[in-house]
Amino acid sequence: MTEVREYNPEHAGGQPSNDWPAYTSTIKRHPQQKPVALKQTLTEITGPTFTSGWTGPELVDLTKQHKGEPIGERMILAGRVLDEDGRPVPNTLVEIWQANSAGRYAHESDTHPAPLDANFTGRGHMVTNAKGEYRFVSVIPGAYPWRNTYNAWRAQHVHFSVFGPAFATRIITQMYFPGDPLLEFDPIYNSVPDEAARMRMHARYDPNLSEAEWALGYRFDIVLRGRHATPAGM
Amino acid sequence: MDAKLIPTATQTAGPFFHFGLLRPEWADLTGGGKAKGDKIVLEGRVTDGDGAPLPDAIVEIWHANAAGKYEHPDDTQDKPLDPHFRGFGRAFTDKDGLYRFNTVKPGAVPSRGNALQAPHIAMSIAARGLLHHLFTRVYFAGESLNASDPVLTSVEDAARQKTLIAAPNGKATGGAVWRFDVALQGKGETVFFDF
Repeated sequence: MTEVREYNPEHAGGQPSNDWPAYTSTIKRHPQQKPVALKQTLTEITGPTFTSGWTGPELVDLTKQHKGEPIGERMILAGRVLDEDGRPVPNTLVEIWQANSAGRYAHESDTHPAPLDANFTGRGHMVTNAKGEYRFVSVIPGAYPWRNTYNAWRAQHVHFSVFGPAFATRIITQMYFPGDPLLEFDPIYNSVPDEAARMRMHARYDPNLSEAEWALGYRFDIVLRGRHATPAGM
Repeated sequence: MDAKLIPTATQTAGPFFHFGLLRPEWADLTGGGKAKGDKIVLEGRVTDGDGAPLPDAIVEIWHANAAGKYEHPDDTQDKPLDPHFRGFGRAFTDKDGLYRFNTVKPGAVPSRGNALQAPHIAMSIAARGLLHHLFTRVYFAGESLNASDPVLTSVEDAARQKTLIAAPNGKATGGAVWRFDVALQGKGETVFFDF
């Protein structure tokens, strides 16, 4: 007898729909059929584990990957990965990537004529500790234009990829900065219906995380789907 | 259920993820051919509603080892783990929308209760233009357990069910090739799951 302790369903208002034409790239890419409801099995409640170190040496200081220091406002970006009940999610892989302080990605397809920074790639990754904590040092990414609509600009953001304990908990998301005037106009950010869920994607400036004469501190907790207390047997 | 915290919403990976998520070695799940079981190549094309290839998709897979065991604490089955097989893979589509994994044919894993599921691979697709990643499953043509698999048979329309079944496509150095195309939209749209 295999018992399956399921992960909670996602809440409609708390997640974006792929059918969201304000973000024009969705138009030809969103499925038109309703997704088929699947009762979670061992396949969905398991997923890659990261305790054995197979993901290699961590990359936590994005300002020290090259000869010199990148241009930009230094930031310490730290937080916890939690489940819906506030329990820490330890030993899970967190990957981040971002534009440089001028709003340019170290990516061959990014043709925005803002300067590249030879001292900044914008990639980091680490496995959370026993308390579910992660911590990176980076620079604040710049805003950048995109061709979604005329004169459109992406709000400043850092991309996050997080696994959690199961295939069901895997998420890729973006972290935004509080008070960014571009948020109001950003269709990717606004694809999330509930305001409280949009606010969950905001980092919080934390003076206790800032280091004097050195770097600004931003705290960003990531909350993954929680889990039913009791298994569904059959 | 008294969930206290609001879960973090997903957002698109955008078009510029490659340098951030690059792990070319993760497209080989066999540990350089050392994993136990029948070696296979899983490959296919990801296309949009016009049938155009997606050059900027992230395909991730998760599956049991050849004995039908997941390397995960919640899999309490009395079956052997394989030190050379972890079960997780990541590949990006290329300019032609093609992804490719080297892996092993998974064994059958239990369903709820005592029934077995047919051998299958869980797949997630993220891309520019997808605000939320999509979940699908890859089954193998010709498996006797397909006819009784609870997930596969939950898709009643025969043409739609067929979108979940990989087809044999010859042999390569990495083993038997299984072809699994993913149509995000429109004609032949792949079945995606919600769970």
